[in-house]
Amino acid sequence: MQHLAVREPLVATPAGALPSTVASLVEADTRMTGKPKPAAPATVASTVSPTGDLRPNAAMRFVQWLGTDVVPPLLVVLALLLIWELACASPQSSLPAPTKIWAEAKDLILDPFFVAGPQDIGLGWRVLTSLQRVAIGFGLAAIVGIALGALVGQSQWAMRGLDPIFQVLRTVPPLAWLPISLAAFRDANPSAIFVIFITAIWPVIINTAVGIRNIPQDYRNVAQVLRLNQLEFFWRIMVPAAAPYMFTGLRIGIGLSWLAIVAAEMLTGGVGIGFFIWDAWNSSRLSDIVVALVYIGVVGFVLDRLVAWVGQIATRGTAAS
Amino acid sequence: MIAPLQTVSHSAPRPGSTGQPFLKLDGIDKTFMRGGTSTNVLKDINLVIGNGEYVSIIGHSGCGKSTLLNLIAGLTPVTSGAVLLEGQEVNEPGPERAVVFQNHSLLPWLTVYENVTLAVDKVFRGIKSKSERHEWALHNLGLVNMLHAKDRRPSEISGGMKQRVGIARALAMEPKVLLLDEPFGALDALTRAQLQDSVMEIHARLGNTVIMITHDVDEAVLLSDRIVMMTNGPSATIGEVLDIKIERPRKRLDLVDDHTYVRARAAVLEFLYARHKAPGLEAAE
Repeated sequence: MQHLAVREPLVATPAGALPSTVASLVEADTRMTGKPKPAAPATVASTVSPTGDLRPNAAMRFVQWLGTDVVPPLLVVLALLLIWELACASPQSSLPAPTKIWAEAKDLILDPFFVAGPQDIGLGWRVLTSLQRVAIGFGLAAIVGIALGALVGQSQWAMRGLDPIFQVLRTVPPLAWLPISLAAFRDANPSAIFVIFITAIWPVIINTAVGIRNIPQDYRNVAQVLRLNQLEFFWRIMVPAAAPYMFTGLRIGIGLSWLAIVAAEMLTGGVGIGFFIWDAWNSSRLSDIVVALVYIGVVGFVLDRLVAWVGQIATRGTAAS
Repeated sequence: MIAPLQTVSHSAPRPGSTGQPFLKLDGIDKTFMRGGTSTNVLKDINLVIGNGEYVSIIGHSGCGKSTLLNLIAGLTPVTSGAVLLEGQEVNEPGPERAVVFQNHSLLPWLTVYENVTLAVDKVFRGIKSKSERHEWALHNLGLVNMLHAKDRRPSEISGGMKQRVGIARALAMEPKVLLLDEPFGALDALTRAQLQDSVMEIHARLGNTVIMITHDVDEAVLLSDRIVMMTNGPSATIGEVLDIKIERPRKRLDLVDDHTYVRARAAVLEFLYARHKAPGLEAAE
């Protein structure tokens, strides 16, 4: 593990130690401070304890949640919108103010799934098209990445042979792959999918390999005494033991995929959200671009949370005893 | 005082072991090669162990006793010589030589029951039906009094309980030889005594052959039919073998004043601290 981990900036410790967002920090904080005290046993309930009367019920918890998790970001967003409005208020402003965006792009904001013509469809449809590409590209990257990571993690020879190549290839920016994949596939859609694949695969490979190198010798000994075959070892020991690392890789990978798809679609055209931005730029619909940016941000956030959530469920109980 | 090697009377020979020794360590040498330097850990180990015997291997830290156990388990290959189980050479690990690891080595993502069934399903697939395998896993958990915690995960039970599950998992493989690698080393004294009693009881009931690594003199004398004492490394070898002729079942309280027990204990202590002091202790004087 040591070789890989030391010179590998993408490697984070298992899922929990990912750089957390401000939101999750706040969340963790409230979980510690806002946690209701355990209910007092029945026998002492009659004596008035200082906390006894303050046992929060569901409604109070909801209010508390509003106060800690909803109101602060809401206030900040409102303040930013206000500043933005003031900054772009003048008619000569190069960027649209929020009120102008609302006036120009109300249909995009309010109805994500309208269909008014072949190229005039709601952003929801466009996001779904992009998500479909990401699903295929990222899905392939997950499967191939875990398999290659397992190989590199298990075999010293594969590690020596492949690791230098991985280290070089993973630094190639996603879009640099696009021309060569267009040449190879002669079609925009598979090329975009390939760009996703090649972008997302490296953190999956590297984290899986580190996770597998970190499998304690004890588990390997158990497997050997039981004479587990390769396949049994993979499913019964390797996957559960390395799962926290794998999900760290997958989480980084999905983020990179979403970064890459928008850029790739700008160049390949079609129906995706990336092309929509490029198209809007070419026809000077700046308000549409801003709305699209918000869509991209929200979807990226949801994707990240989704993988984190799946990881949390899948690795329950995997944490070392 | 040091008795010659004897076959142990209470062991019932299993079918198939006709004449040949049950477990034979034949001229074993082990040299580790690391970065161009070679370290000879074990030299010329010869030992014959009878079926049903309880043998302890004792020695100072670093004398290679864990290496010896790994050689018998097949987890480490021998450099020369051979481990022969019922005449067959051991060259890979297998469930017929189940190991109870020092740190229990339970898989944390499986429950206690699942840890045992992982072994049971692997060893008895095609031999026992699904319900028989289920019963067998429960039976072995019952042997170590862990049925009540069968659905808990290793992180939710104490160190002693984990070690019990480790023993259940090993017993469930129905091993020809049970290998215990300092099984009680990480436990507090009271838990250790409880587990020692459990192991004695199981050994009496099932009559398994047991090889146990330990550095605890009392534990070795209490549990063993024979104690194998290792000299210090490098090139450690068997210094002496001591027969413990104390009737079974043994009760730890009765043994405190038992003549044989006290003398056996003194013999082991004398070997370890007078004739084969730990290298560190020698330097300190």
